[in-house]
Amino acid sequence: MSKKLLIILSGVFLTLCIVVGGDAFALKSLDPSGATTGLTVDVSAATAGSPTATEITDQIGKNKVSINMMWVLITGFLVMFMQAGFAMVESGLTRAKNAAHTMSMNMMIYPIGMLAFFICGFGIMFGGVGPLATLGGYDGLNQEFAISLFGHTFGLFGTKGFFLSGVYDVSVFALFLFQMVFMDTTATIPTGSMAERWKFSAFVVYGFFVGTILYPVYGNWVWGGGWLSQMGNQFGLGNGHVDFAGSSVVHLTGGVLALVGAIIIGPRIGKYNKDGSPNAIPGHNIPMAVIGTFILAFGWFGFNPGSTLAGTDLRMSIVAVNTMIASATGAIGAMLYMWWFKTKKPDPTMMINGLLAGLVAITAPCAFVTVQAAALIGLIAGVLVIEAAFFIEKVLKIDDPVGAIAVHGVNGAWGCIALGLFADGTYGAGLNGVAGPVTGLFYGNPGQLYAELIGISANIIYIGALGWVVFKLIDIVIGNRVKPEDELDGLDIPEMGVEGYCGIRLDKNSETPLSK
Amino acid sequence: MKKIEAIIRSSRYEEVKKALHDIDIDFFTWWDVTGQGNDTKHKTEIYRGTVRDTSFISRRYLSLVVRDVNLQKTIDCLLKTAYTGEVGDGKIFVSEIVQSYRIRTGESGDESLFNKD
Repeated sequence: MSKKLLIILSGVFLTLCIVVGGDAFALKSLDPSGATTGLTVDVSAATAGSPTATEITDQIGKNKVSINMMWVLITGFLVMFMQAGFAMVESGLTRAKNAAHTMSMNMMIYPIGMLAFFICGFGIMFGGVGPLATLGGYDGLNQEFAISLFGHTFGLFGTKGFFLSGVYDVSVFALFLFQMVFMDTTATIPTGSMAERWKFSAFVVYGFFVGTILYPVYGNWVWGGGWLSQMGNQFGLGNGHVDFAGSSVVHLTGGVLALVGAIIIGPRIGKYNKDGSPNAIPGHNIPMAVIGTFILAFGWFGFNPGSTLAGTDLRMSIVAVNTMIASATGAIGAMLYMWWFKTKKPDPTMMINGLLAGLVAITAPCAFVTVQAAALIGLIAGVLVIEAAFFIEKVLKIDDPVGAIAVHGVNGAWGCIALGLFADGTYGAGLNGVAGPVTGLFYGNPGQLYAELIGISANIIYIGALGWVVFKLIDIVIGNRVKPEDELDGLDIPEMGVEGYCGIRLDKNSETPLSK
Repeated sequence: MKKIEAIIRSSRYEEVKKALHDIDIDFFTWWDVTGQGNDTKHKTEIYRGTVRDTSFISRRYLSLVVRDVNLQKTIDCLLKTAYTGEVGDGKIFVSEIVQSYRIRTGESGDESLFNKD
């Protein structure tokens, strides 16, 4: 017994000696407060502790680029997490018998879209964007296909960076990650409006198209140096079509695709009666939908502030607060509108839509408006989304289970218009090659609003037309819609082979209203 | 032997179960059911602006098989404890059982419903 004790005690003593003794030989003394950590000796220099002037300024530049790149990457990770938010919102607002299928679409759009963007989407969108000023100034993305009309250049798409070849540079890769997660946000929007009747194989083909040509071409026009961004430069319309974080590039594109897709695929069985009146098909998991909404709202803190592409651009604090305020007024606006004016009860699914609508609407103007304007923009978005959802369902007779068209399409357009109205001229000098800051109609510059309207129209026309072609093509070759028996029975087994809620008894056909 | 099928409010179930145990009726089956009643015939709710029919009601369905000697006291107990006085308290149906068996021992008739301890 005492021998064992002796061995243990000597082992403890030996360890203590090593630990304490080790410190006795350390070059740096203990620093619990951090006051003496991070000194001249840490500046990269040929002789540590005595950096030359150039080495000091090099380190400063490196730190600046490093802060910017870290910001871009971390906000990019936040936006990636929004994929989970979309998955939960869409699955929560659709029926349980289709849960595995809805979730699978939202899960697989992430890798499929990423692959498509990697193959040619990034090259098309950013092949000609020019120097990446905030991320180290790499200027190899300089190949843009443009046409010349009436003495003006119209950049149409980039032609460098396919398969990320020829651009093996740290700045490009940071940009690629950030832009890819934005593209995935667009790609996942139509899965909401086409849920519960979309063939999984047709969805996969769509996923490749959205990442290769649908999203990137319009994205090039706005963010890649293409013609919409140069309308200020070339035609004197404000700073050209400006879209800070993507109301038009991401959300309007997604909304238009959702609209075209929903029209082509048709409404769910039982949604509309013979006289055209709609039936309610309630979602099966409101808690999941609400958590998904919070995940989206959290991810939006990466979406909007991250679009400064610079952690050293301190406007990001205003961007973040504008984003937050708009989400709040969007949700409250929707809540009160339903409660007081529409159905006398605060419908949680509409409050979800209202919060998201506020976020979508502030996405374009977040960097350019006052916080009061942001609150108003969100409030209008909260009411607009409800009216739009009702209009789409009851008048246009388009079945949109989650309200994707109303949230993303309609409010994406409203966001750009709001920028054209409310931009207050305190930021954005030099954007898109125009010396002045971004200023809207209410601050004396109607040109910006015209540029926004042109941008919105170009989106609707291009995405609408090409989206129509893509969906029609898929319909002809493999068919968009599942068989009616599969739709009534639930898509989980016929399409995915796995039930979303195995072991839970679902009365599948009682959830589908009989069309009268 | 008689089968008693009682459709009662879910909120009365715990009281009913306790009262049935108190009169030594210890074995029965129950499940949750959805049904239609007169009171909520025209009830609707609105989901995202569209009216939907919510006239269905939720109740608990009890199925007891008892010996003839216990029939009346069981029914009296159910009538007393499942009562609230509001419309929608439920119904009790009594039907005749031709034969019953205990699977473990193979006993039939009254012995299969009778707990000898």
